[in-house]
Amino acid sequence: MKIPIYTRRRIINAINLTFSVLAMAFGLFWLFWILLTLFDKGLDGISFATFTQMTPSPGDTGGLLNAIAGSLVMVTLATLIGTPVGIMAGTYLAEFGQRGWLAPVTRFVNDILLSAPSIVIGLFVYTVYVAKVGHFSGWAGALALSLIVIPVVVRTTEDMLRLIPNSLREAAIALGAPQWKVVTLVTWRASKVGIMTGILLAVARISGETAPLLFTALNNQFWSADMNRPMANLPVVIFQFAMSPYEYWQELAWAGALLITLSVLGLNVAARIFMRKRDF
Amino acid sequence: MTISLSQPDVCKISINDLNFYYDTFHALKSISMQIRKNKITAFIGPSGCGKSTLLRTLNRMYQLYPSQIAKGEIVVDGMNILDKKQDLNMLRAKMGMVFQKPTPFPMSIFDNVAFGVKLYESLNRYDLAERVEWALQKAALWEEVKDKLNQSGTSLSGGQQQRLCIARTIAVKPDVVLLDEPTSALDPISTARIEDLIFQLKEDYTIAIVTHNMQQAARVSDYTAYMYLGELVEFGATDLIFTTPRQRATEDYITGKFG
Repeated sequence: MKIPIYTRRRIINAINLTFSVLAMAFGLFWLFWILLTLFDKGLDGISFATFTQMTPSPGDTGGLLNAIAGSLVMVTLATLIGTPVGIMAGTYLAEFGQRGWLAPVTRFVNDILLSAPSIVIGLFVYTVYVAKVGHFSGWAGALALSLIVIPVVVRTTEDMLRLIPNSLREAAIALGAPQWKVVTLVTWRASKVGIMTGILLAVARISGETAPLLFTALNNQFWSADMNRPMANLPVVIFQFAMSPYEYWQELAWAGALLITLSVLGLNVAARIFMRKRDF
Repeated sequence: MTISLSQPDVCKISINDLNFYYDTFHALKSISMQIRKNKITAFIGPSGCGKSTLLRTLNRMYQLYPSQIAKGEIVVDGMNILDKKQDLNMLRAKMGMVFQKPTPFPMSIFDNVAFGVKLYESLNRYDLAERVEWALQKAALWEEVKDKLNQSGTSLSGGQQQRLCIARTIAVKPDVVLLDEPTSALDPISTARIEDLIFQLKEDYTIAIVTHNMQQAARVSDYTAYMYLGELVEFGATDLIFTTPRQRATEDYITGKFG
């Protein structure tokens, strides 16, 4: 019996569609399970004290204030260090590095850095900074995080600038604009939404990083605003508390995990809204 | 540099033995011609004949791409612009260019027009606003945009965007305006408006226009160059080229037998 070609196509389409939907359902199932568990366990741990008190010693009660503050400070600093470097390097790759060997080599090294395990970055900063000065510190933590920000921003900046059609560059050059004016006034403007999204994604990425902070900022049970001393931060606190035998600590770890997830979720939503809004 | 007696117009650009290469591809073959001051010179010919390439050598736009090479001489106001000493930014400010597709910058209408002006002149706010209005008036766009100068340039229609690009080009007050198929992406009404505009602009500027549209060349230009496979087949006054072409190839092309 011969099946007409159109019927056959419809059958194949139905089969493929079924498998795609099943694959999506499989992925979403785990994702929602993770989120559900996180909310279930995390919401119990969150209270007013979480945001007002320091991390407790065993058997005591407390909150996560020092860890939240430490994470905020180090993530902000890392973004402030990493973003300009990343944007400049990405701009060089997309706009200036057409000739010669420097750009291809930089791009290659950047791709390696992009996929390097974050624990390697932590060990690196430990060797070149922490071991040299002799103590863990907030600066070392921020430095390690900034090394993760840089390759992400380099990559997104280059990709976004490459999306700008050459005709726009030619139009600016045809008016007698020198290249750096073309870049700063035209192509950066045209791709600012994409570059901003890249930065937000980099921030989201580093806010959950634990490994690089274990070797650099370590942790601090008490309030400390001194960047030259070990600094509390959410990921390491979660790591430590979750592994502990104390139930109260475990609850706080869940609360911390929920906080990080919510802020990353918030950043992603912000990135989406930013992407959609195009004023020019 | 010789100017033939039958054409008493003043020569603005003199192209002498110009050869152009895309890597190894020989795109322009020994072109020699003169572009007259305050006249409109049209370049016609089938796709790939080198007319856009020729236009892009006049402001050295090709220089952006390392594999493109021009050899020969292009003399503008007594200076060979292909010379290494030629300052490229100054050259491009003097030789304005409008492209096939409208390319408004991602900024307001006002800033689009002010962009080039700010590069070379430090005008105060009042003078700058005056210059922007002047350029938009010249480009016949002022009436349509005067109430929305702060809106994005990309919010305009295609025809308006192209007039914005023309306004942006003449705001810099160049000597020469190079138009690379400026109306090929536009509807007939916008095309007619831009043709009117080009015709008026020749009072102040020397204009070179590349076009695929034979009627357009006949309507607006004073001189026409017919190019084929990188060679300049025929060049002369537009009315002569279109009524009594000397070359058989030119006649075939303009009558539509070929091309």
